[in-house]
Amino acid sequence: MDITLIWYLVPALVMFCCGVYGFLTRRNMIAMLISLELMLNAVDINFVVFNRYLYPGSMEGWMFTLFGIAIAAAETALAIAIIINLFRVSKNIDVRDATHMKY
Amino acid sequence: MDYSQFLAMKQEIGLLVVFLLIFLYDTFSTPKGSRHVPALSIVLMGILTIAGFCPHASATSEAFSGMYATSPVMGAIKNILNVGVLIIFIQAVKWANSEFVAIRRGEFYELILLTLFGMYLMISSRHFLMFIIGLETASLPLCALVAFDKNRYESHEAAIKYVLTAVFSSAILLMGLSFVYGLCGTLYYDGIASICRSEFGVMMAVALAFVMAGFGFKISLVPFHLWTADVYQGAPTPVTSYLSVISKGSAAFAFLVVLTQVFGSLYADAWEWMLYALIILTITVGNLFAMRQINMKRFLAFSSISQAGYIMLAIMGDNPMGWSALMFYILVYVFSNLAAFGVIGAIENATGRVEMTDYNGLYKTNPRLAFTMMLAMFSLAGIPPFAGFFSKFFVFTSALNGTGSAALYVLVLIALINTIISLYYYLLVVKAMFINDSENPVATFRSACSERVAMWVCVAGIIGLGIVSYVYNYLLNVVY
Repeated sequence: MDITLIWYLVPALVMFCCGVYGFLTRRNMIAMLISLELMLNAVDINFVVFNRYLYPGSMEGWMFTLFGIAIAAAETALAIAIIINLFRVSKNIDVRDATHMKY
Repeated sequence: MDYSQFLAMKQEIGLLVVFLLIFLYDTFSTPKGSRHVPALSIVLMGILTIAGFCPHASATSEAFSGMYATSPVMGAIKNILNVGVLIIFIQAVKWANSEFVAIRRGEFYELILLTLFGMYLMISSRHFLMFIIGLETASLPLCALVAFDKNRYESHEAAIKYVLTAVFSSAILLMGLSFVYGLCGTLYYDGIASICRSEFGVMMAVALAFVMAGFGFKISLVPFHLWTADVYQGAPTPVTSYLSVISKGSAAFAFLVVLTQVFGSLYADAWEWMLYALIILTITVGNLFAMRQINMKRFLAFSSISQAGYIMLAIMGDNPMGWSALMFYILVYVFSNLAAFGVIGAIENATGRVEMTDYNGLYKTNPRLAFTMMLAMFSLAGIPPFAGFFSKFFVFTSALNGTGSAALYVLVLIALINTIISLYYYLLVVKAMFINDSENPVATFRSACSERVAMWVCVAGIIGLGIVSYVYNYLLNVVY
């Protein structure tokens, strides 16, 4: 059986949709952050696969993935720092309680 | 490697030098010497701003095998951003020297300069990798800045909302870009532009929608605006003014570049109607929600959402006049919004009050502040002869300047009606200051020297840009 492009693209899309779903339904901020990671990693898979199967002559997609991983790491570090700060102030990281400002 | 290509990046390099000087001074100065960080930042930023106006090479120059490009247009928009940042630096001095901020005031100036560097890259990039790096450099330090008030709960809540939506939006943007890469095989703007017409299909339309959604979050277009009001309210006032003016202006310009120069050939097929819907929603919803706000910062947040809709009108026409109209709108918006935030910040620093009812009777106690606020509101609402009228006028004209189809006339008509609606809530503030009586008005106070300087500059800009036509002509010449 040939492993073609579609065998990678469908899981990546499923991962992305899981990430969106998790981001919208999860109530714990760490879980939301994990969902965001899923979305970013799905993008990375997409880039690598497109590069490998469609444009093997260039390295643009791989380079983009490398930078994407670094950016995702930076984002996670920053988000966790902010979550820790919020936890210090309010002893809680449930988004349902972060509602002092609304409408 | 040909090192002379770095000369094309002289504005970026100048900004980096300013950043490094402030960073080194802040790191190695004694606690007593660090009092001078705000003054040093203002002086260096002023030099950078003036240096930006020195004549550039007239043609487009590229660096790094075409990943970076600069042209007189890019130089002009960077100058506008520089002016805005300089005003914010001047405004923020009193806040930066206040009790809880003083110990880390250097970080405020450094992070602002870093985000500005990211915005420069975002504006000048000709490759999506460069663009994403610029975008993230622009938005990540901003999250940290929003959380700057360590002792206020709201600041942290705003920061978590901002960081989560920022990452979410950039993930969506990246997904769209991965589709674009799959279809076109390149991430160079020019490469995509030459291919995307022949590759147009459902996948391209989805990719374009993802890219537009990602941008929509950054510029806070409805329906991607939900973070805006909370973040504006929770963040420290200087950071709010930075977010509302500089961050939004640079993202709007980058959006213009991406839509017209990369996906320009898909105008009629795809993005004209997406943008059409976004503009109507943004202007209307922003206006309707602004009416019911009682907190001044939230009020200005919704006002800035509807202003973003007007800025998008300049992209809608898809013609060169839109470029100059957009830059002029951003320039005017810088002065008007910073004047409003200057007054809000001054009153907040002196008394800690930010509700609209606190402004009742402000004219009797602080006539000058009330007058500045009135000018800012008139300019934002677009009352002639102040600058806001002309920026709106040029934006409307540019939207109709190209084909001028009937649909575009309807769009401009809706925008015009919304201008009248917006007059209502802008005048509510003026009415509160001049007509309403208050038992407990804001006491008479003398604002700090820095705040007064910033407000004078903003007032001069609001009145001057309405009278001096040279500025708009200059922007028009730069584009054509």
